[in-house]
Amino acid sequence: MSGPSRSSAPDALLLRTSINGDAVQLAIEPHHTLLEVLRYQLDLIGSKQGCDKGDCGACTVQIDGKPALACLTLAAHAEGREVSTVEGLGDAHGGCHPLQDAFDRHDAAQCGFCTPGILLSAEALLRDRARPVSRQEVREALAGNLCRCTGYTKILDAVVDASEVMHGTDAPSARPTSKEEAAQ
Amino acid sequence: MSENEDIPVGEDGGQPHTQVGGVHRKVDAMERMRGVTRYTDDLKLPRMLHAKIKRSPHPHAKILSIDASAALAMPGVHAVITGKDLPEPYGIIPWTPDETALCVEKALHVGDGIACVAADDEDTANEALEKIVVEYEVLEPLFDPEQALEARDNPINPYSLKGNLSKKVLLEFGDVDATLEQSDLVVEADYFFEGTTHAAIEPHCALAHVEANGILTVWSATQVSHYLHRELAKVLGLPANRIRVIQPPLGGAFGGKSEPFDLEFCVAKLAVMTGRPVKLLYTREEVFYSHRGRHPMKMKYRTGFTKDGKITGVDAKTVLDGGAYSSFGLVTTYYSGQLLCAPYGFDAYRFHSKRAYTNKPACGPKRGHGSVQPRFAIECQIDKAAEVLGLDPIDMRLHNDIGADSETVNGFKVGSNGFSECLRRVRSSSVWDSKRKELPYGRGIGVAGSTYISGTNYPIYPNDMPQAAVQITLDRSGRARIFSGANDIGQGSNTMLAVIAGNELGLPLDDIRVLSADTDLCPVDLGAYSSRITLMVGNACVEAAQKLRRLVCEAVGKRWEIPRKRVTLAQGQAIDREDPERNVTLAEAFVWAESDNGLLAATGSYNTPKDRHGDYRGGTIGASPAYSFTAHVAEVEVDPMTGVVDVKTIWVAHDCGRALSRKIVEGQMEGSAYMGFAEAIMEQHVVDPGHNGVHPGPSLLDYRIPTFLDTPELEALIVESPDAQGPYGAKEAGEGPLHPSIPAIANAIYDAVGVRMDSLPFTPPRVLAGLQARAEQERTAESPPHKPDTNGARRIA
Ligand code: FES
Ligand code: FES
Repeated sequence: MSGPSRSSAPDALLLRTSINGDAVQLAIEPHHTLLEVLRYQLDLIGSKQGCDKGDCGACTVQIDGKPALACLTLAAHAEGREVSTVEGLGDAHGGCHPLQDAFDRHDAAQCGFCTPGILLSAEALLRDRARPVSRQEVREALAGNLCRCTGYTKILDAVVDASEVMHGTDAPSARPTSKEEAAQ
Repeated sequence: MSENEDIPVGEDGGQPHTQVGGVHRKVDAMERMRGVTRYTDDLKLPRMLHAKIKRSPHPHAKILSIDASAALAMPGVHAVITGKDLPEPYGIIPWTPDETALCVEKALHVGDGIACVAADDEDTANEALEKIVVEYEVLEPLFDPEQALEARDNPINPYSLKGNLSKKVLLEFGDVDATLEQSDLVVEADYFFEGTTHAAIEPHCALAHVEANGILTVWSATQVSHYLHRELAKVLGLPANRIRVIQPPLGGAFGGKSEPFDLEFCVAKLAVMTGRPVKLLYTREEVFYSHRGRHPMKMKYRTGFTKDGKITGVDAKTVLDGGAYSSFGLVTTYYSGQLLCAPYGFDAYRFHSKRAYTNKPACGPKRGHGSVQPRFAIECQIDKAAEVLGLDPIDMRLHNDIGADSETVNGFKVGSNGFSECLRRVRSSSVWDSKRKELPYGRGIGVAGSTYISGTNYPIYPNDMPQAAVQITLDRSGRARIFSGANDIGQGSNTMLAVIAGNELGLPLDDIRVLSADTDLCPVDLGAYSSRITLMVGNACVEAAQKLRRLVCEAVGKRWEIPRKRVTLAQGQAIDREDPERNVTLAEAFVWAESDNGLLAATGSYNTPKDRHGDYRGGTIGASPAYSFTAHVAEVEVDPMTGVVDVKTIWVAHDCGRALSRKIVEGQMEGSAYMGFAEAIMEQHVVDPGHNGVHPGPSLLDYRIPTFLDTPELEALIVESPDAQGPYGAKEAGEGPLHPSIPAIANAIYDAVGVRMDSLPFTPPRVLAGLQARAEQERTAESPPHKPDTNGARRIA
């Protein structure tokens, strides 16, 4: 979809949700996806549409802290839940999350179209592990996010780097180098 | 100031390289990561309408009538257009105008555009499409290029001058037949390269609006704003000065957005008709049908060798499956032969390429345009020869390196050449020598090399104007603004320009604003294709920035009463080279220079040297100011029971001349190697003749592209062999490093299990079929056992 679809007011639902920590109330169409509501009603354009059918991961947001595909999620599902999008990612970190900083330092975003979705999948991983992560853990956690530009290498570098910035490098699972992994 | 001890001051009269060669945060990446960058579909204008295109369900059909009255009568529908509203034929190559915005007489493939609706919203537009009644006379479709060339009574494209022959090129250099006759070894084989598509994650999108001053503005996810500007003027019948094209930040392209598409013409026409902004976003399915991806090629190669492994001559015969329209096909047909003549030198060469029309989505340029397919063939040929001759494949390639300052058999002048260094780097990083000897059955390692152009010597339409131009202005607050027509498609060209200007003017990148790809504001640039931007636009930027540097240094020198050349600009300051304690901020220096000269603005432009090619017909196509070189080693593991190929690591050494920004160059190398790997192992853009020519899986689930888990480790090894033609010696890095992935993997599979993969992609059924054939040959003693089975990998019985 490139815009809101026809409004037929009588069917509208009242959605009460939280988006990036802000309480939000708005009338939505029952058949609208979360991606449509975010992009076209709330102007939260950071969540991208690459396929609109669950294949690419560009629309990844978090619902109650877990990655979710906004194009496959009905907006009504967000009722009473907490939705996080890329626009809210840096808020608690003075405007720039360590992941965003690491992606910037590693040139991990080429066109950047996959990046918001990847950042949200990666943030959930780092929050869940709360320690430095290995490249293989990142690969597994991000396997649902396609990137066509980077060959994934710089993204792996950036996510591992961010996990070390956030959680230190001396934890037991500090990253194996790519060569060690390749030799496994 | 003591911190000045660290400031590099440069040679007399030259700038220190404070930016070039470093690692940079891209000028526009952080806003993308915060989700505030507005890509085309993120733009929203008041009263904006939404458009959708009705598409042909038939691969080949005459359009008898179109009745849109029921659609037009729907509330919320504002306009409907058909091919008759935009009948002017166009083509990205001016010599082959063989497509129209929407079909006029005939639909030529499933998904060809028939009519377009503008409505209040997408739901209404989609519903209106259902109400448009199209009467077709179904014609016999042709899906096989060789059959299409034979079918003289069934011409596909109504604008074609030669039936289903879209383009033919036959060129011969030296005496090929005699050379092959005298060669110690002639390797002969057939290869098939499957079609693949770009699959950028951002679907195509365009928005048009007629501004109050009557200017038609078109925002489009395009990589060629200037060509789109020209074609819009032609097809809409409007003067170019009444049209403005803006390329918003782009979500990937890879060649897939390098010509006009139906949606741009449709939104423009509908905006003119309705007086309202109109936007159209392709569905993912439409992206697959609009295609313009890699041409399938059938290639018949004969290659001669001396017994010590020198290539003597090449005879190449190629059939290209072009799909329904020409697109860039004239160039592709030339590239399928012209770009084969380096990095290896040989004295006799003939190529005969024919491009056929078929009833499929049109093929066009994909990363490594036209030369990825023949590269696959020649690199496999060399590997086969190395085996017969008992030579190491890397040694053999070193032995054939054409070298620097050389001339290819087809007359191209090669300047710098780091190919041998690339081979040495992949050899040592991959530990080639011991792996080649020691890897057991089921595991293998393979090598391949390649070359690519850094822009084409001639633009698409002949003219004597510069190919690239940049304008820079300096601001009294100490900032620079760069205006450039170049399309940043994610490859980082905006950052490249900032790095160059920052290097010349001593400015941090934060103080440089790049405004690009807006035809109203920026000088013309031809666009992001053929890897031209770093070399061409980079050179233009150097020129403009150096003019300004001279003005600033002059003004500072005047105030300090020292010669201009004693002043250097670095790290936000103007500094006296001989007395670095004496310095002033650039903001102050700019004020001095503006006081002396008026507004500080300069232009730079670049045009190609015209002596880089032979003077035969077609000799200019494929000629470039500078050539990049690449070598890959791929290591694979092949499961002999399932035929699954697991690519472990690809070592990518690429001679980019000079890496202006190291991580960006590495990113281009990794992204290229990834894309080649994807074509080798999994991608197939095909239509199904058994189902009326539909694409069997036009989605990112069914058209499998590699995920994080599929992609091998990619080790980027930058090689720098500076070229006199490039800015600071830089050559391309965005396309060349794709080429060797595919043959390196094919050659590694052979090393692993003794099976030659001459057809793409290397899917498990194909590998298994090869394994079975090999087992049969070994059983009948036609072939010896491939290699020892030291780690117990089970062989097929
Ligand atoms: S847009 Fe949701 S997965 Fe592609
Ligand atoms: S950076 Fe372009 S798709 Fe990932």
